[in-house]
Parts: sequence; structure tokens; C-alpha cells
Amino acid sequence: MRKFLRTIFLIDLIEGLRVTFHYQRPKYIVTEQYPAQRPKVAERYRGAPRLNINPDNGETLCIACNLCALACPENLIVVGAERNEQTRRKELTTFIYDTSRCMFCGLCEDACPVDALELTQDFEMAGYNRDGQILDRQMLEEGPRPKQYKY
Amino acid sequence: MPDQTFLDSTELVLNMGPQHPSTHGVLRVVLKLDGEKVLGADCVIGYLHRGVEKIGENRTYQQFAPYVDRMDYCAAVSNGLGYCLAVEKLLNAEAPPRAQAVRVVLTELNRIASHLIWLGTHALDIGAITPLFYVMREREEILNIFEKYCGARLTTHAFRIGGLQYETYDGLEEDVKAACDHVLPKIDEYERLLTGNRIWIGRLTNVGVLNAADCKQYGVTGPMLRAAGVKWDLRKAQPYSGYQQYEFEIPTGTNGDTYDRYLVRMEEMRQSVRIIRQAVEKIPGGPIMAKIPKVIKPPVGEAYVSIEAPKGELGYFIVSDGSIQPYRLRVRPPSFVNLQALDQMTRGALVADVVAIIGTLDIVLGEVDR
Repeated sequence: MRKFLRTIFLIDLIEGLRVTFHYQRPKYIVTEQYPAQRPKVAERYRGAPRLNINPDNGETLCIACNLCALACPENLIVVGAERNEQTRRKELTTFIYDTSRCMFCGLCEDACPVDALELTQDFEMAGYNRDGQILDRQMLEEGPRPKQYKY
Repeated sequence: MPDQTFLDSTELVLNMGPQHPSTHGVLRVVLKLDGEKVLGADCVIGYLHRGVEKIGENRTYQQFAPYVDRMDYCAAVSNGLGYCLAVEKLLNAEAPPRAQAVRVVLTELNRIASHLIWLGTHALDIGAITPLFYVMREREEILNIFEKYCGARLTTHAFRIGGLQYETYDGLEEDVKAACDHVLPKIDEYERLLTGNRIWIGRLTNVGVLNAADCKQYGVTGPMLRAAGVKWDLRKAQPYSGYQQYEFEIPTGTNGDTYDRYLVRMEEMRQSVRIIRQAVEKIPGGPIMAKIPKVIKPPVGEAYVSIEAPKGELGYFIVSDGSIQPYRLRVRPPSFVNLQALDQMTRGALVADVVAIIGTLDIVLGEVDR
């Protein structure tokens, strides 16, 4: 009988509609207004790569050990190094990072023994063509510069 | 298949997909129709084929781990867990208890996220648009935890062979508990929206019935098998990653129709919340990484490990020839196997039911095609 009455008066339908209208209140709106309102990504977020430099003297932290290039599943990192005859140390000459093939797995970051290579919080890497997706040493050291949209 | 069609009309062959929005990706179903009635269905797959298994043969064991996330992208964490367990079995290693507990928490969260996506898209296919917006909101809570923990939301690469790469962040426990408290009442809310709804019941009951015998014959696993009344869950049957410590029930259905599968999956989400609450209460201390050599060179041999992924039994079979790369890597994806039952389920159904049946299969084409 109870079930019959529920069916006749469409109780279940009304209960469902109550849920729907309950969320019409502005308090429950969760949409983010993206370019105007930017999301705050987590600290560990894996985004655009950066090659850290020593802030005191501006020299690169990279020791050209090539571990990131070996760890990379896509083989997209190329590290160029030269031996300095005076200090008898390997020094970084070139560093190429192809972000168009990168899947941001974070293995290169984990492999780096001196925390020179870092995946930053920048996520706006989309472009209309492949130009500028292959980052060289200079671009990596400058780090990502996200565009700021004005409204 | 009947010889004669209704009123001696000619048989109609209809291509559903690969661009059809209800095929959840790029599945092409060739339907043989008699008017509105389906006589048979043929699946054409492979539009998303990337050769993941072959890629695995050309990568080292650690390097392949991010690729498994890209098969079932709705449940990337479960995929990662299965792969890591398989390599650990080859190496005869076991993750430390702390790593195991964190793994359970994250995989169960991922199960909820995967089921939420299934619920939203399945309901959307049938005509209930509202749940899709709500499930995305709840999924966001879970994905935020993934993002804070491992730095990515979808293709997480959360686990490494031998344990975890990242230590848990401060406040993971609170975040997980808050997400559980947030999700549990919302599941009741979805039920209020759908379970009693007459259109929902009318569209789902006795549609796509697959009984227990057929399920076993096709090798169908996961919620579809449980909805047919078989109490089979790999988390109970062959516990891995410390699932034997947690109390939970295996929800089962009776008819094995689409409505039962819906109820089973809803109940599974509640059970997942139960497991997460138990696991997060007692995450033990200690190391997060087992003693694993930096260059993984497993001894010659083979290993098969299967886990209960959100969609069914997810298995990894790895053959090692003693080098740094697997000799052969085979994935047993649940979506691919479950999809084989589509023909049997759609026979005699109407075209509109095909959409409901594909939705209830809960397939992800990234996993079907690999």
C-alpha cells in the first residue's frame, strides 16, 4: 500500500527534484572562473620543468651527471657536458628538454641528485604549434613565465 | 539468430560509433537491427591502440610504470598498484607495511573516483543529466588528495616498485577523512536522485541480463560478476597489499541486470569508504620503500599478479629474462574481457538499451585497446 501511494504521488521523483533544487543556492556553486580566478595547484604538482640556478652566484646547480636523461622513459632530455681542464670537473654546456613529448611522470626530478631539475607548478603549456615546446638551457633556467590575463 | 525478420523487412546494419558519445571513447559497435530490435552486435576496437605491451618490452621496469596509468585513466592508481605488485613478485620483495596501508587508502579512493565517473556518464547516457555535475564535484575532493600526495590528478604515477616514492604530506589523514565524510552522504543523495526514479528503473530493470554461468563463461569479473550473485572479490579471495586486515563486505545482486549492477557499484563505494576509514586510522610508521636495487634486474622467471580494479580483475603477467627490461609484458584488462559479453547482452534488446548496456559495462577504451 505504502509503495503504491509512493508510486501514485511520484514521491521518489519529487525527492530527486528536491536534491536538484537544493543545489541551486549560490552557496553551493563550485565552478571556478578559470583565467580570472586561478587555481592554486599543490606544492608537489608536476608541471613545466625548470633548471635551478644557485641564487647567490647565478651558476647552474646541474652537475651534468646525465641521470635524468637515463631515467626518462621517452629519452627527451639531452645533456651536453664538457670537461673543464682547470678544475677537472664536468661542466654543463647544453640542456635540451622536449616538453612536447613529456608526460610529466616526475622520474627525472626523482633521479636528480642535486635538485637542479625541478617540475614547477606552472601548468599553462598549451600552444598552437610545436615551436617553443623544445626548451633549451636558457629557457629552462629562466623558468616558466605564465601569462597573466587582464580582465 | 532468427532466419526471418519482423514483417520480412530487410536486416539493417547500423554503425554505432566510433564517434558516438555514449560509447565512452572510440568504440565502434556494428549493430544488426530488425527495426528497433537488436539481432547482434559486433565490436570493432583498436582506435586507441598504442601498443602499451610492446612499449613495456622496450623500457626498464621503473620507466614503464607511468605508462600503465594511461590504460585505465579513470583508475590510474589501481593500475600502478597491479604493476608494482607484479614486479615485486618477480623480485621476491614486499612493500613495507606503511607503504601498503597508504597504497590501500589511495587505491580505494581511486575506486570511488572511478565509480563516480561511471555513475555520472551512465546516468547521462540514460538521460539523467544531473548526477554528472554532482559526481564531478565529489571526484574533485579525491583528485585534490592525489594532487597533493603525488603531484598529478589523473595519471598519478603514485607508487613505485618496492613501495612509495613520496612520503605522505602533512594532513593526508585529515584530508582523507574529510573526503570520506563528504562522499558518504552524497552517495545517499545520488540514490535519492536515481534509485527510486521510475524512468531509471524502467530503463534499467531486465536490461542486459547476464547470469552467473554466462559471466563465468566469458570471464567477466568485477561488479558485473557480483551483480549476477557470485561472491567473488580478489581482495577477499587472494588478499594483496594487506587487504586481509580490513573488514568489508562483498555486495552482490540477484538478477544480473543493469539495475543490479548499479546497486552493486553504489554499495561498493560505501564499502570502499569503510576500508579507507579503517586503513587511514592505523597507517603504521616505518620506511616507505623496501630494499630494492637501483637498477632492477629480476631473476629469470615469470609472475602473474591480479588485483581487484574498479572494473574487475586486472592482471599483469611479466616474463623476465634477467635483463633490465621485461621480455614480455601482458596485461589482462577487465574492460576488454567484460566487453566480450556485449553481443550476448544486447541480443533482443532495443537500440536505446544498447546505450544503457555499454554504460553498465563500465569500459574505458584506453584499457580495451591498450
